[in-house]
Amino acid sequence: MNIVVCIKQVPNTNEVKLDPKTGTLIREGVPSIINPDDKAGLEAALRLKDAKGAHITVLSMGPPQADAALREALAMGADDAVLVTDRAFGGADTWATAYTIAAALKTMDYDLIITGRQAIDGDTAQVGPQISENLNLTNISYAEDIKVEGDSVIVKRQFEDRYHIIKAKMPCLITALSELNEPRYMTPGGIFDAYQKEIKVITRKDLDVDDSCLGLKGSPTHVVKTFTKSAKAAGTVVNNLNPQEAAEYILEKLREKFII
Amino acid sequence: MDFQLSKEHEMARTLFRDFAEKEIKPYAQDVDENERFPKEALEKFRQYGFMGIPYPKEMGGQGCDTLTYAMCVEEVAKVCCTSSTMLSAHTSLCTWPIYKYGTAEQKEKYIPKLTSGEWLGAFGLTEPNAGTDSSAQQTKAVLDGDHYVINGSKIFITNAGYADVYVIFAMTDKSAGNHGITAFIVEKDFPGFSIGKKEKKMGIRGSATCELIFENCIVPKENLLGQEGKGFVVAMTTLDGGRIGIAAQALGLAEGALNETVKYVKERKQFGRPLSKFQNTQFEIADMYTKIQAAQLLLYKAAVAKDHQKSVSLEAAEAKLYCATVAMDVTTRCVQLHGGYGYTREYPVERMMRDAKITEIYEGTSEVQKMVISKYALK
Repeated sequence: MNIVVCIKQVPNTNEVKLDPKTGTLIREGVPSIINPDDKAGLEAALRLKDAKGAHITVLSMGPPQADAALREALAMGADDAVLVTDRAFGGADTWATAYTIAAALKTMDYDLIITGRQAIDGDTAQVGPQISENLNLTNISYAEDIKVEGDSVIVKRQFEDRYHIIKAKMPCLITALSELNEPRYMTPGGIFDAYQKEIKVITRKDLDVDDSCLGLKGSPTHVVKTFTKSAKAAGTVVNNLNPQEAAEYILEKLREKFII
Repeated sequence: MDFQLSKEHEMARTLFRDFAEKEIKPYAQDVDENERFPKEALEKFRQYGFMGIPYPKEMGGQGCDTLTYAMCVEEVAKVCCTSSTMLSAHTSLCTWPIYKYGTAEQKEKYIPKLTSGEWLGAFGLTEPNAGTDSSAQQTKAVLDGDHYVINGSKIFITNAGYADVYVIFAMTDKSAGNHGITAFIVEKDFPGFSIGKKEKKMGIRGSATCELIFENCIVPKENLLGQEGKGFVVAMTTLDGGRIGIAAQALGLAEGALNETVKYVKERKQFGRPLSKFQNTQFEIADMYTKIQAAQLLLYKAAVAKDHQKSVSLEAAEAKLYCATVAMDVTTRCVQLHGGYGYTREYPVERMMRDAKITEIYEGTSEVQKMVISKYALK
């Protein structure tokens, strides 16, 4: 079984700092990590490999520095790594990213594609499902548990107030949640081996794609403004009032602020 | 000359740091408080290959270098010195002499089990009357047909009682002094071998430090390690490597204590401002920080030399002497900066200061290191 796990290198913080002038991420001084949902997806793939045997390829689209994230994945036990990188891909939104990654995946063999649900630096949860649309594959999102049975996967999908058990034929795409598992550590020897391995690089010229769909200029999303949300003051809890008093209290507060 | 760590080493450090923070630190206090062996650490070390870092993959190791191993000990010691003692004694003092001096059969039998961590290792040289003067050994080994009969005892043995394999030393020819010492591989179930009194210690309190007792202990002839009468060389070269482990541990302790103190002086306020705003604090921190950098350079130099030089006696002695001195100095000053709180068990610097003292004593006291270094310096 060939599993491709798509991973993204993200800054190691949930509180991404933005440059107030440009509205872009300030990456300097922030250590990079594998996006947690993606790492859980990788761990799920490694567990399938441990149990039934599988060949795992990790794929990342990003700048050359994403090499470190791919090496880490190799040191955890992935077999191969692919870096999709080109200046032409820069500035892509989720639509252009998914289009590009799907094009890269078309050049590879896979039975199962696993992506994380969403990245902690963007939180869109769109790229995984969009890749499946581009490849015309079944997509199962929010996986809490993944099993393989014959040529099918059985996935426990998280839902708002319940979960679904979904069986789907492979090839298909699953988006994983970080709650899925506790990813393993790298091994010291795995790290040194990872740096001996060659990472396959895929660039614009390797793909059968339409240039107008790539990078910033191929992105339908236009960011008008990005800003850090200002923190709200703590609320006040008022107890022990009857409905009449409560209503009067609220009215008074609204008048105080000249809302009414 | 390049002082940059390779990308591999940087990534390995990140691994060891994360691992120590998440897997070891949470129970470091408990291990000390209850003087209990860090079984959880052993289990985790096994799982991730930490028990055989500097040994070849063909022998079940990780195929990494001594520097990687030293960084692992350093990062673990930052949060729990006891756990790093267990790892260091196993890797440097038991696995190494078998790897270096063992026959093909001995290596095949013992190394994969030790590097995988399936078996834990220990080393027994010290005796009640033979500390620094190892030639004063009383433990005797007499060849009797296809086996040796060993009688005597060892004290202060790390991992004792939990280890499966012990590299021990005994006199096969008392009249020959150092040239009468012979090394043996002893398994825990050999007849006549038992564990004696457990020491109650000032620091590394979770580390199992016990007496080994040999009462007509039967050791098969094939468990002779190296040659008869060559045990002193086995012991001394093993300790050269061991000293790199202890230096790493001492450095880790100093770094761990400084990390805790940096946090503390930023939070603790006196006279209306954080301690970190006082010049005394700043100078103390600067001084400790610089000493730690110097200690790290000496250690890493010794670790890299271990893989490229025939002998690292000098480099290992320098690293151990300096790192241990820095550990004692830094942990003591960190307690001082914590004031009264530093003297309580509420803050880890109290434990770190107690743990630091042993690094000036075991695997060759600081005075022994000075003996080794002065021999080179006065040549």
